[in-house]
Amino acid sequence: MMRFLLLFSRQGKLRLQKWFTALSDRDKKKIIRDVTQMVLARQPKSCNFLQWRDLKIVYRRYASLYFCCGLEQDDNELLTLELLHRYVELLDQYFGNVCELDIIFNFEKAYFILDEFVIGGEVQETSKVSVAKSMEEADSLQETMEEYVNKPTY
Amino acid sequence: MPAVSKGDGMRGLAVFISDIRNCKSKEAEIKRINKELANIRSKFKGDKALDGYSKKKYVCKLLFIFLLGHDIDFGHMEAVNLLSSNKYTEKQIGYLFISVLVNSNSELIRLINNAIKNDLSSRNPTFMCLALHCIANVGSREMAEAFAGEIPRILVAGDTMDSVKQSAALCLLRLYKTSPDLVLMGEWTSRVVHLLNDQHMGVVTAAISLITCLSQKNPDEFKTCVSLAVSRLSRIVSSASTDLQDYTYYFVPAPWLSCKLLRLLQCYPPPEDGAVKGRLVECLETILNKAQEPPKSKKVQHSNAKNAILFEAISLIIHYDSEPNLLVRACNQLGQFLQHRETNLRYLALESMCTLASSEFSHEAVKTHIETVINALKTERDVSVRQRAADLLYAMCDRSNAKQIVAEMLSYLETADYSIREEMVLKVAILAEKYAVDYSWYVDTILNLIRIAGDYVSEEVWYRVIQIVINRDDVQGYAAKTVFEALQAPACHENMVKVGGYILGEFGNLIAGDPRSSPLVQFNLLHSKFHLCSVPTRALLLSAYIKFINLFPETKSTIQEVLRSDSQIRNSDVELQQRAVEYLKLSSIASTDVLATVLEEMPPFPERESSILAKLKKKKGPGAVSVNELEEGKREGGELNGGGERGGDSSAIAASNASTPSPSADLLGLRTGPPVTAAAPSAGSLLVDVFSEAGVNDDGFLRDLEPPTESSDSLLAEGPGDSDSAPPTVVSEDPAPPLPESNELLNKFVCKNNGVLFENQLLQIGIKSEYRQNLGRMYLFYGNKTSVQFLNVQAKPVEPLIEGGAQVQQVINIECLSDFMEAPLLNIKFRYGGALQNLTLKLPVTINKFFQPTEMASHDFFQRWKQLSQPQQEAQKIFKANHAMDTEVLKAKLLGLGMALLENVDPNPENFVCAGVIQTKAQQVGSLLRLEPNAQAQMYRLTLRSSKDTVSKRLCELLAEQF
Repeated sequence: MMRFLLLFSRQGKLRLQKWFTALSDRDKKKIIRDVTQMVLARQPKSCNFLQWRDLKIVYRRYASLYFCCGLEQDDNELLTLELLHRYVELLDQYFGNVCELDIIFNFEKAYFILDEFVIGGEVQETSKVSVAKSMEEADSLQETMEEYVNKPTY
Repeated sequence: MPAVSKGDGMRGLAVFISDIRNCKSKEAEIKRINKELANIRSKFKGDKALDGYSKKKYVCKLLFIFLLGHDIDFGHMEAVNLLSSNKYTEKQIGYLFISVLVNSNSELIRLINNAIKNDLSSRNPTFMCLALHCIANVGSREMAEAFAGEIPRILVAGDTMDSVKQSAALCLLRLYKTSPDLVLMGEWTSRVVHLLNDQHMGVVTAAISLITCLSQKNPDEFKTCVSLAVSRLSRIVSSASTDLQDYTYYFVPAPWLSCKLLRLLQCYPPPEDGAVKGRLVECLETILNKAQEPPKSKKVQHSNAKNAILFEAISLIIHYDSEPNLLVRACNQLGQFLQHRETNLRYLALESMCTLASSEFSHEAVKTHIETVINALKTERDVSVRQRAADLLYAMCDRSNAKQIVAEMLSYLETADYSIREEMVLKVAILAEKYAVDYSWYVDTILNLIRIAGDYVSEEVWYRVIQIVINRDDVQGYAAKTVFEALQAPACHENMVKVGGYILGEFGNLIAGDPRSSPLVQFNLLHSKFHLCSVPTRALLLSAYIKFINLFPETKSTIQEVLRSDSQIRNSDVELQQRAVEYLKLSSIASTDVLATVLEEMPPFPERESSILAKLKKKKGPGAVSVNELEEGKREGGELNGGGERGGDSSAIAASNASTPSPSADLLGLRTGPPVTAAAPSAGSLLVDVFSEAGVNDDGFLRDLEPPTESSDSLLAEGPGDSDSAPPTVVSEDPAPPLPESNELLNKFVCKNNGVLFENQLLQIGIKSEYRQNLGRMYLFYGNKTSVQFLNVQAKPVEPLIEGGAQVQQVINIECLSDFMEAPLLNIKFRYGGALQNLTLKLPVTINKFFQPTEMASHDFFQRWKQLSQPQQEAQKIFKANHAMDTEVLKAKLLGLGMALLENVDPNPENFVCAGVIQTKAQQVGSLLRLEPNAQAQMYRLTLRSSKDTVSKRLCELLAEQF
């Protein structure tokens, strides 16, 4: 399973962090520091995987933003690379031509989309249509909440 | 598609974020944040009740501040309040805050749980999903306690929406990982397996992760998933790229599901059902074939997804390790990838091949790629790829290519990246030791290692070379000559000086005949380095000097002069000063005899696991040595350095009884022990053979150690020493059957080595024992509790007479030849008053005594655990606690068992896992243990996995009595 997902900028600014195991704040900070430094120091065109402690680190850069996750030894690196890509596609689908600013200003949405896609470090839904539908349902609830609560549920 | 600026847009938040982004400096940012924190705090504390929107906005700001890396210590209560809001967005932000900033404040968790409970029972799928996500994100034990019973119901209920099922499956998985004891198997488990057949691909994708994890821990219960998984996989693999609609990813049908299915299958041995197996092999072949087809898209996403499945299929093939045809195909495929233009694929191919190298079917095939791998080590631009290449070379190394690989690794070391040098050094040192055919090559290699990468040569490495040189007299002369030459280099590493100093101090005499390396030349050479060295090295050199005085009296005056000089005898370092003073005094007042005794050549080191191997194992990261390698290393090591062949090979345990303790080296298998004879072809698997140099008398004790099932005529037990002195008296009475309580007595000693084995009103038998590798020594103390002599006791090995109140001691040497079930019997006969006493006990020798603890990292543990997944390799028992469930007591017992207790391996801190290797002469049996206490039920579940089924079974039986 995936242990964590980090989004950070080329300058090393963290944009999103998601932890799938319980860690102390100190450990989290240390991991963030070590992993961002290590990934940012990589030469362009290096391979997208590296070994760090007992974890496999898989990362990919999209424009100014690095998407990076830590995997357990059993996990499949290539598929995780595509998981990152699918996440970018989902963000793109939601925001429309997503850029780093969208994620900064709407960080909560980035979290919500991730929750629809991955839970507890495992992929729950790979279909773009399904994720979009869930997000849409949630967004529609926001506007019609008042009416909605008075409506009987399905 | 929904636009982003929805009605819930929080303007205040956007403004704050902009402000932060406009800050020119870190200080300005901190200032702005502190201002905001003060503002929020006052709002939260203010008299005016905040409306939901403001609360949401401030909580969101806190979240943002936290994500910037600042600590947040308030706002939790407000977030909890949001959970029960009937506005969806407020609820959602509340949950997000809780998920990101978990606090184990139990008061708060109770409130959170309450809100979750309401949402779970709301029957509104969107709310239910929110609640489930939150449980999965926090995953605390309190949540498991509250919801572990409810979630399985939601998961398998017929009317649950698909999206909720998906969340429930993964939520349950998270809880199971953190608190497996709270997720109880039940009626739902069989229905979960059938989710593999679910119409909805998303449900299958989510459920399969749960099933995989459950199968790993309860393989038997979930066995049916194998055939279901195979048929699902087969349907996907054979489907056209458009069949699965949105689950097709860049023309690859359901890559996530396929990989998860292949991963699930890796929890099991190959299917036994021929049809299922045939279908699976067909799938694997199709996947391998597809790799050769032209790509359906030029996009990297397409090839990545396709290759992800391919690599997972190869992992499964390696896991089965039973289809030579597929293994070779997999190896060829990886061979192609080794030269692929995509760096990622080269990296993964090297990684996969590492595991392939350990399969007997493919080891040779992997070796054919040696040139490519060496080339990768030399030319890859990316250090992580080079690292993988080095790992693979290490894995594919065997006797046939060791020289080439070690040479390549050495030459790579000259330019290797600093980050991996230390590990490379360890690997070279291990390979050199493991595959040394002649020790001069070994010495050359290590000295080269020090020359090339001296800074990275840890203490362990140079200690080891000295241990080996000292234990092998055939290489000592060569070593002395070689270090002497190496020291002549104008600049040589301090580690070289250490090795040189030690070796010349011990064996300089072996090359002193040559005038070019006369004693004085040797001394001057060493001393020329002295001033450049650190204090510990100087101390070592001073010891070498005093050894020189003993070896070469002609150097005495020169060396005394050096010792006497102010820079030594008045050195500001206490250690150096003390050595100088003492050595000077020793050399001037002691006679040559005394000097020769004090400064005698070092005795051989006791043989033990290579400390380097232990070190490499400790190092995390790539190439951490697996248990497999470790065992192999030990085996090889034993072969090379263990020296002597040990006698006695026909029985499972041979014990030699020595009345005088032999040097400890004997215990460690360094020297050829006295050949153990006898050993009848036993019906049982076990024979303890006792013989003694002690004289045999008519009266005294008699003890026969015999196999439990053996008839008395095969009870022969004399060694060569005593057969001619006096034949042992044959006992007329048959040995008594074992005492009824002997099993219980035996159990007392499973986790400890010393104690009282038996006691009645006459006699007390105490035991002290020690074990190392496959050898053991046991001291039996027979105490006469009465005030009269035990008379006319027929005896063989011990002193025949025990005075009243006195104690005699008997020593039994034990060698474990192969694994065994029954403990050897100890039959004791003696005469007390007029009556012959005859009692038979079980000697507390159990298989676990031969454990060698194995420390390993979590990853290695689970990898090994998985490798031992065949049903017969596992033994499991669930039993009621016989003693209080005290963690410290449990730990002490597990340590007493002889395995290594591994910390931080099991995701559940309540559980214990241990690893060890049982050393027998015939083989080594790696064993893993897992003990899961359930405090509530006062039950334990104990699981043993070993490479040998009888061992798992026996250990499980033994241990079930212990807790």
